[in-house]
Amino acid sequence: MERRNIEEKIFKGLMLISTVVILSSLILILLTVLVKGFPYLSLAMVTQVPQGGYYLGKGGGILNAIVGSMYLAGGATFLAILFSLPVALYLNVYSKSDSKFVSACRFAFDVLCGVPSIVYGAFGFTIMIFFGMRASLLGGIIAIAMLIMPMMIRSMDEVIRLVPRELMDASYALGANRWETALKVVARQSLPGILTSILIAFGRGIGDAAAVIFTAGFTDAIPTSLLRPVATLPLAIFFQLGVPIPEVQGRAYASALILTILILIISLAARLLSKKLTRHVVK
Amino acid sequence: MDYQTHISVQNLNVHYGNQQVLKNITLNIPDRKITAIIGPSGCGKTTLLKSFNRLIDSVEGVKVSGQVLVDDENILDPKTEVTHIRKKMGLLLQKPYPLPMSIYDNVAYGPRIHGMKDKKRLDEIVERFLKKASLWDEVKERLSQPASMLSVGQQQRLCLARGLAVEPEIILGDEPTSALDPQSSQRIEHAFIELKQDYTIVIVTHILRQARRMADYVVFLYLGELIEHGPAWDIFNNPKQALTREYIKGLIS
Repeated sequence: MERRNIEEKIFKGLMLISTVVILSSLILILLTVLVKGFPYLSLAMVTQVPQGGYYLGKGGGILNAIVGSMYLAGGATFLAILFSLPVALYLNVYSKSDSKFVSACRFAFDVLCGVPSIVYGAFGFTIMIFFGMRASLLGGIIAIAMLIMPMMIRSMDEVIRLVPRELMDASYALGANRWETALKVVARQSLPGILTSILIAFGRGIGDAAAVIFTAGFTDAIPTSLLRPVATLPLAIFFQLGVPIPEVQGRAYASALILTILILIISLAARLLSKKLTRHVVK
Repeated sequence: MDYQTHISVQNLNVHYGNQQVLKNITLNIPDRKITAIIGPSGCGKTTLLKSFNRLIDSVEGVKVSGQVLVDDENILDPKTEVTHIRKKMGLLLQKPYPLPMSIYDNVAYGPRIHGMKDKKRLDEIVERFLKKASLWDEVKERLSQPASMLSVGQQQRLCLARGLAVEPEIILGDEPTSALDPQSSQRIEHAFIELKQDYTIVIVTHILRQARRMADYVVFLYLGELIEHGPAWDIFNNPKQALTREYIKGLIS
């Protein structure tokens, strides 16, 4: 009895330590960004594009990167949804449950989730060269979409899998076909989870630097077409942090703060939206 | 026996992988009567029921042979369109599964997918079938509320209304009262007894008393085999097989 009590205490302690480590690193990151970035935050940062000599400490802001990141991550998320939702519905509604093909697909997506983002960037770059494309918003959108699609598919897949088999049977029993069942019943039932999947993928997409280095380029202007290069916040942070001038490095932290706040706002908005949409979900 | 046959099962065999779940079932289910399929759990009751509307199609590794004739149409024929035969049969599951939408939309779901768009007629349909399932008075004020807010008993009656709304000929029930409290069960049983004037009803049940109360015709399955079937009175009072006798006495379960 005594030994089991000690075991219990050790594991409780371990769990407590992990929780504290994770929570404190999160707080530490946020605090660093806040303390180092906040003094440099200004209206100009979020309303102006870089002026001449911005990277040497002169005036301007990073509106190009803010708008660019929103375009890029928004476009990539939209593109990824167009492919991910049908795939996730296919795996769960159309194919026989847990067949070999389905498990092979799941395994493949899991592997793709683990591929580093620089590889997606390089892959996208190769394709762009093949088509004679230059670094552009479109190139970045495609690279980021490829990067976030596997994780979007797998997280949608996991929530759609939770839809009870009987709920689908109930719809079939009324004479509905798979298409109607997938769209009107399964997608609706798993809507909150699907929204979360989209949100996580968006967050991953907007924060990624490696996949856009080659594919999206960088520019001080806000892109006016899909074929123009585009600036992104992660790259803006990277470039500013590389300049050995304290003023510019401070702005890098301010940019990071802006990125964090952006993601926070979008998360909160999505939470609010999903609360409204979960009214009909059957528990 | 002057029963008219509605569903005719001939030499039905069902395998899940290597396991044979139903062994050479041949059986006629009478029209506009309540047929109860009884037997211990794992004897293939639910499989038999689900082969009537081909819901077993979606099970991985299932093999079906034989015939199930409804109105002289072999529904197991791969050429038969599934949605068309399913429209003929309403299904109630063990636990009610309302669709993730409002009460109104749940009942209107079936008619809508079969092409009904007229708002006025949908209103009529929803009212008529909610009344038939004796739920109307409890929900008429809140038709736009989520169906998940109803009690379990109300949800099961909603599922009944939803099934009736596609105007089937047959109602299938897979232990439809097993998740309900006694009062709700009673309401469902009463609804079934009223409905048998217009519908052929087949229920799977493991509650012998329920079969005694409701059934006109009884089918007894044991380990995938059809042991005995016949009019309810004969099965309960004068069973011919030793196994049936033991099951009815409660010696095996």
